[in-house]
Amino acid sequence: MHQTVDTALGINLLHANQHIAEDNRDRFNQWGVTCFNLMSSPGAGKTQLLEQTLAALNAERKMAVIEGDMTTQLDADRLRRTGIPVIAINTGRACHLDAKMVAGGMIQLEQEHQPDDLDLIFVENVGNLVCPAEFEVGEHAKVALLSLTEGEDKPLKYPIMFREADCLLITKTDLAPYLDVSIDTIIENVRQINTKATIIPLSAKTGEGVADWLQWLRAAAKPSQPTTAPPSLSVV
Amino acid sequence: MHETDMTKALILTIEDWLADQPDHPPVKTVYLTVGEFAGVEPASLQFAFQVQRQNTCVSTAALVIENIPLVAFCHPCQREYRPQIGQQYSCPTCNSPMEEIRSGRELKIDRLEFMTESAAPASPSKQTVEV
Repeated sequence: MHQTVDTALGINLLHANQHIAEDNRDRFNQWGVTCFNLMSSPGAGKTQLLEQTLAALNAERKMAVIEGDMTTQLDADRLRRTGIPVIAINTGRACHLDAKMVAGGMIQLEQEHQPDDLDLIFVENVGNLVCPAEFEVGEHAKVALLSLTEGEDKPLKYPIMFREADCLLITKTDLAPYLDVSIDTIIENVRQINTKATIIPLSAKTGEGVADWLQWLRAAAKPSQPTTAPPSLSVV
Repeated sequence: MHETDMTKALILTIEDWLADQPDHPPVKTVYLTVGEFAGVEPASLQFAFQVQRQNTCVSTAALVIENIPLVAFCHPCQREYRPQIGQQYSCPTCNSPMEEIRSGRELKIDRLEFMTESAAPASPSKQTVEV
């Protein structure tokens, strides 16, 4: 005969990931670095936006990229052409970066570069609107991208990503004349679930709106002096 | 694929917890609470669990999933409402955005049920783990 014994746990399923994410954030803070987690569906324009961003801020900020892709180093190679340190992580089967993978990238960054000198680290997540939203990696702010070609309904269909975002970039606005997509409707849909995110329509191709994005980054980044207390970023 | 990773996280979390429980009996049932707004499909989770539990600490365990509905609270109206996922999240009465979520974000291992010999102490060990 068997009897059953119950044990109440009450542990969040992603507890282990959350724990490592907090360790990562502590280390970013020790380095005096602000970390941004860039998330979107595949092809929304994360890599091209990063190319523009790295080029535009190169003179004023020291930056590095942790690049997540399921396979290949195509994106990492593109970004390396900017001359900025890029740590490539192939997630293999996994459809998102988790905190442990990013922790591995941070160790590599420490071995190969001087993270104390850095101001900003961009984590380019695997293209996917679902999973990355659930797996925190230790970032200070979440940046979601939604390209115009994806349509107005995506914030309603994939609400968690858009609710979690601190900044939403509506990308590829140069295509607006060719599409029956309203930026205002996208914004209305996002506002149903997220009243706090900064929303910036932009085109990395024409440069429209990019200045607003850079402005947001500067405001969200820690001051260059690591001794100064970091601004608190509220996660929505 | 998403649920495969979630299941991996689930099994690792249980393994971590069990590592601190020496001589624990086999796990009979894993009780999971999954909110409607947690981005996880219970049926896929159940399927992934059946596949991945082999040769782990939960190899003979069953997975029981309790679904929790998405409930939001509208401050202007001072009342709870059930958003229509994928269609409308704002308040159906006053159209205010969905700001406060009262339930539906849960993704939690609620409790474990162990199989023990009848000779084991009769009083069940109730432990709560603070996270």
